[in-house]
Formats: sequence, C-alpha cells, structure tokens
Amino acid sequence: MVPSFLKSSLGRKYAMGFTGLLLVGFVLGHLAGNLLIFQGPEALNGYAEFLEEAGHGMAVWIARTGLLAIFVSHLVLAFQLRRENNRARQVGYDQESALVSNWASRHMFLTGLVILVFVIYHICHFTLGVTDTSAEWRVRLEGKNRPHYVDVYAMVTKGFQDPRVSLFYCFCQILLGLHIWHGASSWFQSLGINRSAWRRSTSWVGPILALVVIVGNCAIPISVMGGLGMSHGAPSHLGQIPALTLKESEKQRDLKNSMGGGAEKTGGFSIPKE
Amino acid sequence: MKLNLKIWRQKSTTDKGHFEQHPIDGVIPEMSFLEMLDVLNDTLSAAGKENIAFDHDCREGICGSCSMVINGVAHGPTRGTTCQTYMRNFRDGQTIVIEPFRATAFPVLCDLVVDRSAFDRIQQAGGFVSVNVGGAPEGNSVPISKVNADLAMDAAQCIGCGACVAACKNASAMLFVAAKVGHLRLLPQGEPEAKDRVKKMVAQMDSEGFGNCTNQYECEAVCPKEIRADFISLLNREYLGASVFPRPM
Amino acid sequence: MKLNARVPDGPLAEKWDNCKMGMKLVNPANKRKYHVIVVGTGLAGGACAASLAELGYQVSTFCFQDSPRRAHSIAAQGGINAAKNYPNDGDSVERLFLDTIKGGDYRARESNVYRLAQTSVNIIDQCVAQGVPFAREYGGQLDNRSFGGAQVSRTFYCRGQTGQQLLLGAYASLNRQIEKGRVKSHTRHEMMDLVLVDGKAKGIIVRDMVTGQIERHAADAVVLASGGYGPVFYLSTNAMGCNVSATYRAFKRGAMFANPCYTQIHPTCIPVTGDFQSKLTLMSESLRNDGRIWVPKKQGDTRAPGTIPESERDYYLERKYPSYGNLAPRDIASRAAKEACDAGRGVGQFGRGVNLDFADAINRLGAKTIAERYGNLFDMYSHITGENPYQAPMRIYPAVHYVMGGLWVDYRLMSNIPGLFVLGEANFSDHGANRLGASALMQGLADGYFIAPYTITDYLAGMKPSGDTTQTKEFAQTESEVGQRLSKLQNVKGKHSCQEFHRELGKLVWEYCGMARTKAGLTKVLGLIPELRNRFWKEVSVPGSGQGINQALENANRVADFLEFAEVMCTDALTREESCGAHFREEYQTEEGEAQRNDEDFSFVSAWEYAGEGTAPLLTKEPLQPEFVKPSVRSYK
Repeated sequence: MVPSFLKSSLGRKYAMGFTGLLLVGFVLGHLAGNLLIFQGPEALNGYAEFLEEAGHGMAVWIARTGLLAIFVSHLVLAFQLRRENNRARQVGYDQESALVSNWASRHMFLTGLVILVFVIYHICHFTLGVTDTSAEWRVRLEGKNRPHYVDVYAMVTKGFQDPRVSLFYCFCQILLGLHIWHGASSWFQSLGINRSAWRRSTSWVGPILALVVIVGNCAIPISVMGGLGMSHGAPSHLGQIPALTLKESEKQRDLKNSMGGGAEKTGGFSIPKE
Repeated sequence: MKLNLKIWRQKSTTDKGHFEQHPIDGVIPEMSFLEMLDVLNDTLSAAGKENIAFDHDCREGICGSCSMVINGVAHGPTRGTTCQTYMRNFRDGQTIVIEPFRATAFPVLCDLVVDRSAFDRIQQAGGFVSVNVGGAPEGNSVPISKVNADLAMDAAQCIGCGACVAACKNASAMLFVAAKVGHLRLLPQGEPEAKDRVKKMVAQMDSEGFGNCTNQYECEAVCPKEIRADFISLLNREYLGASVFPRPM
Repeated sequence: MKLNARVPDGPLAEKWDNCKMGMKLVNPANKRKYHVIVVGTGLAGGACAASLAELGYQVSTFCFQDSPRRAHSIAAQGGINAAKNYPNDGDSVERLFLDTIKGGDYRARESNVYRLAQTSVNIIDQCVAQGVPFAREYGGQLDNRSFGGAQVSRTFYCRGQTGQQLLLGAYASLNRQIEKGRVKSHTRHEMMDLVLVDGKAKGIIVRDMVTGQIERHAADAVVLASGGYGPVFYLSTNAMGCNVSATYRAFKRGAMFANPCYTQIHPTCIPVTGDFQSKLTLMSESLRNDGRIWVPKKQGDTRAPGTIPESERDYYLERKYPSYGNLAPRDIASRAAKEACDAGRGVGQFGRGVNLDFADAINRLGAKTIAERYGNLFDMYSHITGENPYQAPMRIYPAVHYVMGGLWVDYRLMSNIPGLFVLGEANFSDHGANRLGASALMQGLADGYFIAPYTITDYLAGMKPSGDTTQTKEFAQTESEVGQRLSKLQNVKGKHSCQEFHRELGKLVWEYCGMARTKAGLTKVLGLIPELRNRFWKEVSVPGSGQGINQALENANRVADFLEFAEVMCTDALTREESCGAHFREEYQTEEGEAQRNDEDFSFVSAWEYAGEGTAPLLTKEPLQPEFVKPSVRSYK
C-alpha cells in the first residue's frame, strides 16, 4: 500500500513533513556543532575531526548520502506539489487577500528556492571550498589518524570576514528560519499528530525553532564581523603546522575544479599572513 | 449608498470571462448582499439585459448554495455565508469586486455560478454508512459519548459551500473532506467502514484536481460553520492508519 | 370526481399492518426492470429514492439545486418528533397521534396520522444507524427536548440544525446508491411537466438548467417530493427556489390539489425592512419564554422604544390571554400582532413589527443568564439587523413558514393519477389545518423511508415494466407544450422583472389570504390576481436566451405558476367558511376572538380539480370521519 500512499496528496504531505522534520533535525545538529566555535578552535576542529573520523570515515559519507536523498525528496515533492497546486487554480482572483496566513506560510516555495541556492553556495563555500578566491584559510592541521584536516575554525572565521558573505548568510538564515517557522508548525498537522487541545502549543514550535536557527546561525557571522577569531591563525599557532606542500595544494585545487565549482583559478595557496 | 460593482461575467465554462462594471445607487444598509444583487438584476431585466447569474437558495446560511468571493474574501467581509452578508458592512462609494469561487475542480458555469459536483462525487465515493432502511437497530442500543457526538456534530455542520476551497491558495478541499470523514469517524456507526472510507474519499478528492493542504488555515477562517482545521489533522492521521495498516493482521 | 382514500379496514393500530399484508410484491430479479422518477431530493424525496434503490429499482432523481443536499429540508431547525418515550414521561404512539390530530385542528385523516406516529420510532433508529449526530446525554443516550403543542419531551435534535443532519443522512444513503449505479442523480434540472400515458403517470419533462435543453424522462412511476408553495406569499421563511411548479403542473394534468388554504404562519420572524427584501428569517419561538411582546398604545408612535413609558405600552398578549400571555399558540400570537399593526400601532420603519422586549428579563435574571439562554439567537438578530437586542427590544413579525396543503393523496400516498406519488410537504396528508413543531421532518422521512417504498412496490407489482416510452406522442406533445410556454415567456419582452410581479402577488395574498381572511377580501383578491397575471403576461421581461443558465427564465416560469396557483389557494380559503388551525376567517370566531370550527359542515378535505384556464377549479370533498378522536374546542385563555 505504500506506493499508492505516496502517490496521494496526503501521503506526499506526510513525506514533505517527514523529510522536513529530518532536515530541520540536521539543521539543528549542524547548528549545535557550529556553535562550538564559541568554545574556541580546539572544540570546533575536534568536532570536525570526529565527524570525519567516525566509522572509519564512512559515517560522514553515509550521512551525506542520506541527507542528499532526503533533501532531494523534499525538493522533488515541493516541485510536484507546487505544480499541482498551480493547476488547481488556473484563473486567479482579481483581489487576493489573506485572513490568517502569515508571509512565511504563503512563500514556502520562494524561501525554499532561496535555501536551495544557499545550500549550493554553502557547500561550495565551505565543504568544497570553491567560491572563496583567497582561500587563504584552507589550512590543514595535523590530525590524529590522518596527516591533515581542515582548520574549520580558521575557515569559518576567515570566510565570514567578507561582509558580503556574512550578510548573505544572515539573509539566508532568516529565510531558512521563516521556512522552518511554517514548516515546523505544520508537522503536527501534516503528520496527523495535532489534537484540538494541543494546537495552540504546537503552533509555537515553528516560531521557536525558527528563532533558534536564525539567532544561532546568524550569531556566527555576526560575531566574526565583530572580531571573533581575529587572532586565530597567528604565526605561533601556525608555526606548529607544516605548511601545505605545493603538491597537495595543487591536488586540492584540481579536485575542486573538477567538481564543477567553477571557482576562479587562483595563484595557489598562500600562507596566511599576520 | 452608491457603490461601484465590478462583477465577473462569463457566459459558459468555455467562455473566457471578463469583469463588468455596474454602478448601483440607492443601496441601503439593511439590504443583504444578495438583495443588492437582486436590485441590480431587476434593473438589468427592465433594460432587457441578461441577469447576473449567482447561486443562492435558503438565504439563511444553511443550504450552502451561495458562493461568491467579495473583495478577495470567500463569502465576503463578515463571518458566515454570502447571503448573511449585509450592506452595512460596506462604505458609500466603495468599489466591490465580486468573483466566483475559483478552482479548477469548480468550473465556472455562468457568471458567479460554479459547478461544485466534485463535492458530491467525493461523498459518493464513501461518505456514508452502508445501512439499508429496515436494518437499523434500536437507536439507543449503542451509547455514544457526548464528547464524540458533539465533535461529530461540529464536523457534520459543514454546509458544503466550498468556501474552504475558494479561500485556499491551493484550492484544496481538505477541510471539506476532513469534516466529512471526521463526522463519521467519530461515531461508532461509521467505524466498520472507516478505513475504506477515508482512502476512497481522499482518492476521489485527488482525482478531482483539488490542490494540497499547506496548513495556512485560510479555510478555517472563512468557513461559515467555523469548522476547525483540527479535523484535517484527524483526516491525516486516519489516512496514514488506513494506508499503513489497512487490515488488523 | 370520486375520491377513494383507500384507507384500510380494521382498528386504527392495525390498519398499516393490514395494508402492508395486503400489498403485492415484486420479485427481486424483476425490480431492476422498473424505473421510478423522484422529483425533489429533500427528506421525503431523498429518503424515498435511496430506499427504492436499496430495494433494487432503477431510480432517477431530479432537483433544481446544484446538489441533492441543498433541498430546503436542510433549513429545519428544531427537531424531529418520535414516540420513543425515552424520558419515561408517558409518551406513546397514541399520544403522538392525538397531539398531531389535535394540533391539526381535527382536519387530518386519522389513519394517516396514526401511521405517522407508528413509523416515527423507526425513523430515529434509521437515522442513528446512518450516523446522524443526534444530541446525546452524558451517559451516551439520545437526548430529548420538549416542543410546542406537546406535554412530553419527544423531540430529537441536532443542535439547531436537525433538518440539515437528517437531510445529510438521507443524502448519504442516496450517495451510496448513486455510487452503486442504482440512482441516477440529475442536479440543476427542473421538472417542467408531468407526462401521462393512458391516464397514468409515466414520466416528466425537465429542463436542464445549465444547457437549457428540454429533456424527456420516462418511468413506471413518478414521485413528487417537491416541497411546499410558501413563496406564493413572496416573502416567507422558505428558500428562494421553493416553488409550486412541479405540483401545479401535475394539478394541471389532473391531480387534485387538497386544502391549499392551510398555510402556517410563524409568529417570531425578523420583520420586513424594505421593498427589496427577499426573505424572512425565523427566530426560535423559545424567545417568547422570556421576552414580552408589546406595541405603543398610541398610533404612529415613533419614539425610541426605551423612551416610551410603561403606561403607554400595550402588552397585548398578556392583556388578552392572561393565563398563556406571551406563550399563546403560534396562530393566536400571529393574529394578535397583525391586529396591532393593522391598528397603526406597529413599530419599525414600515410599522409592520412588534416589540419583543427582554428588558424585564435582563433586569430580573441578568444579561448573562439571558445570553446563556438565547445568545446565539441574539447574535443572529444583531447580525441581520445591526441592532443590539440586549439594549433595545427586538422587532418581530409573523411570516409564512410551512404549508399543510398539497396534492391530494390516498392512504398509499398516491394521487388520483395512477402512478403519481406525492410525499412530504408536497402532499396534504398528515398535518390537517395546522402542523405541530418538529413534525415536518417526521412526515418527510416517514413517507420516504417507510411508506412509499411499500406502496410504490405494490403499484409496480400490478403492472409490467413499461420501458422507454419517451418516443410516444404523449411525450412529444407535452414537450412541445413546455417549449411553447418557455418561448412565450421570453417573447413577452416587457419592461418589468418577474420579481416585481412576484412581490406584488405576495403582497396581495399576504394581505387577503394571510393570517386573517374575510369573504370580502378573498373575493376582492380573486379579482385582482387574474389582473396581475394578465399584466405579467404582457409586461414581464425575461432577458437572455433559452440556452445556458438563465435564472430570469427559471424565476419567470415559477412565478407564472404562482400567479395561477394563488387563485386556487384563495378560492379554497373563500370556500372554507369556518376557522380552523392556520385558516382564520374573521367571520368565524368566538366572542373572545378565537377560531370557530364548523365540524358539521366543514369536516372534509377540499380537493380541487383543474378545470381549464380562466375557469374556477372544481371542488371534491373527501369527508373526514373522526372515528377515534372526538373534536373539541381549543382555548388558551
């Protein structure tokens, strides 16, 4: 019965809500990890290393694959439902008015699209590192089990020093928050959990999560703009790390380019200066 | 009062349709909205012009015939049906835009008249208890808790006007279907067929071309019988249960 | 014409069983070969169509609304009576029978009323089984409330929407049969005429209201459940679409119209506020429990009600009926309001209204208590009028609400035309001269679920399936007459909307054949109606084409029938030289102003027969011989 369930409008709403739930779970987990930045480089980089090392390095790929599948399902469903909904009213009203719905709920598709763009950028920016032309922060630290891993702390703090980047991040986080605002408030309804007595309470879940995501995620670029991590990457710190060999840096760049990052070619890595 | 009416005119389903301006004078606050249209139609008749077609019947808010979107709001500015909307809620000199309920599943038949037979077909798909006349047990043989009876009545009040569809930005019929499913689900009489019913009615709803629910509750806000969107949650729950566990074992 | 009511022999309590035992049956395998047409999908029609289909007949339903669920049964508020005796307060089939007979002022056929009381108990069971959410007590048992005209609590209800819920139950049963393919539902189709083949009802001509197409539909029997003719008064609590056309066309084809002058007026409605008004809204009678009814003593007193001192107010019901006061029965309260307004003491913009004042009750009990009791009604009133009834008195006035008259039927609900069955408000059978509250729903469902399926089976068993007879000359003839009439209406090309004529007709019959009637008034109006009708056929404007939706044409077609029917109604009122139930002739009243029945000369059903255009209808009397109840005089002093 499951396939026909997923073909129905209600089944797909379930899928939408459920994938949304998982995605918000990821966003929150991601946020929690990111917030380690406020505990200093060791905490964040240790966490990053843990993620990379977990399950002999397999876990992160399993998680990424799963996440991609969920994200793509959410996306495909969004486009499908959008198409159906547009079809359900082909002639619009001369006058449109909304009595109770908020902006967020009426613009889920729009905010979703912005989030899609953001996610692509974000992956290019941090995970693949193809958008940052200076890339001076992609310093590799010595790892326990592997020779090198990325200095995530440096990556983030340097990455957000460009106000345009920070502003774009903050803007996207607000839209992500709005998306979650309506999405998370809808879980209880779409997943059929709501009861009359709970409805008031469950309607707060969205706004609260939205606030957490917006405040939490924006805190990082704002703090960086305000000076967080400025001292990171000082020579003393750097001194402990062997500089990347040219060979490695070339490899790294080739990989980025081959993944279609479309990044500009730069003159290679330069060691961060004072 | 003097008003400027901007009314949708459409000769038939295949006609493209357009807005027509009708200034009207001498409207008094005690008139109902439909009576104001009656007056306009009288003038049109006297001039030998085709009347504006609109659905209406009981004019006391229970038959669910009337179906207009007034200034962007299904049934107009006050809670209740179009027929219970009074002209005192409008200002002298105001422009009033009158449109039919718009949804692909509700094709316009003529002017403001739409075809809501999709609702009938959803009901025919399973919105009943299969009991023949003559086979009914004594009315009091199955006690029904007052809570359930009251909740069932909350849902059963639906007048099938279709304002929920008209107000939904996706033209979704979820509130209607939820009310119908909820009514019978909450009563023991509806229990034996509950799983089959919810699946059939949802399948019919989907095939009629209604949109999907996005939990904005505009439907709830315009429903003249104030049916709560909580029933949509119940519908979702029922549907999941019926789809995943269609049989006890 | 000789009328045979076919009342079965035997003691009252056994008549229906005897009748059923004597009926023929149709072999289950043969049932699908028979086709029945049901016109109207309210409680009676919907229930009948579903029940016939359950039995296995092929059924076609027709309604002018866009869905069977919108029939006007949906608007009934109060409840449905049944002699269940759940509250153990002494109710029984006999008592319900007695109350209904007495309520009808001894002008109903006893055998029919007894059967109605008997089947009432089955109706509740059936509706519960369908999932009708009747009000329940905390223990889960069905709740009852009391209603006018009875001293027991026997009314089952679903908040204030009992009619709606019962109709949705019947509609659900109908849907089940539509889904099975046994019922073909034709919505937005209006019956234009009845087709007789060899003197038997064999089909109807309908107009598809969406395409304008005229269609022929043949069947072995035709059921009319097309409701009442209340809107002959133009303003009524009926729906705008309620009309006499289906029954009147049958009348013109030879069916007898019985007791058309029995029209019920409800005393507590929101008064007319202007000429534009299209509809009157009923307010529950329960308001009279705490509200005091009064008018100013002085004529044309336009002061605000609050500023009129106690000494200048006339609490006329309390004055005239000290023991019942404001709770006097519907007809008495209605007539008293009319008298006050006729004397120029009415209130409101048009002087057609009386005050229903809650100031005393609010002082005594507090606004909170009043809000608890009547909050929803007060809200409804302020919603419609824009006035606050907590601060100023409500204004109320009586309005036409229900019609007891209808096509004549025998005990088996068949009219004098073989094969033409008439159910619900469309027939005359069970309420006599006045209907008790919560009895209309009972009758509609009794007719539809429990009586017609038996009697129609008996009728069909006596004949061979007639198959498709739409190609006969009778169909062709009737269809062409329908077409001619419609084009005639469209070709008048006058300057007045048909609504104007309808309004005018309404004013005439309300004035002369409304709450109180006189010989002089009725004679006068019988002269005015033909004049108006002639003007209609010269001056009406029916714009638009015959193709597609044309509501002006639909209305004109109905109004044209009202213009003829009004004459039959007034003729009946003129002939009935007595006062009984809802029919009050001013000449026939006691010294105290009460209705004076004349059992000696008028204990009969007046059945009218069409005698051609412009000719007075012919009267046939079906004598009523009360065997079991001795008529007595009502007094409410």
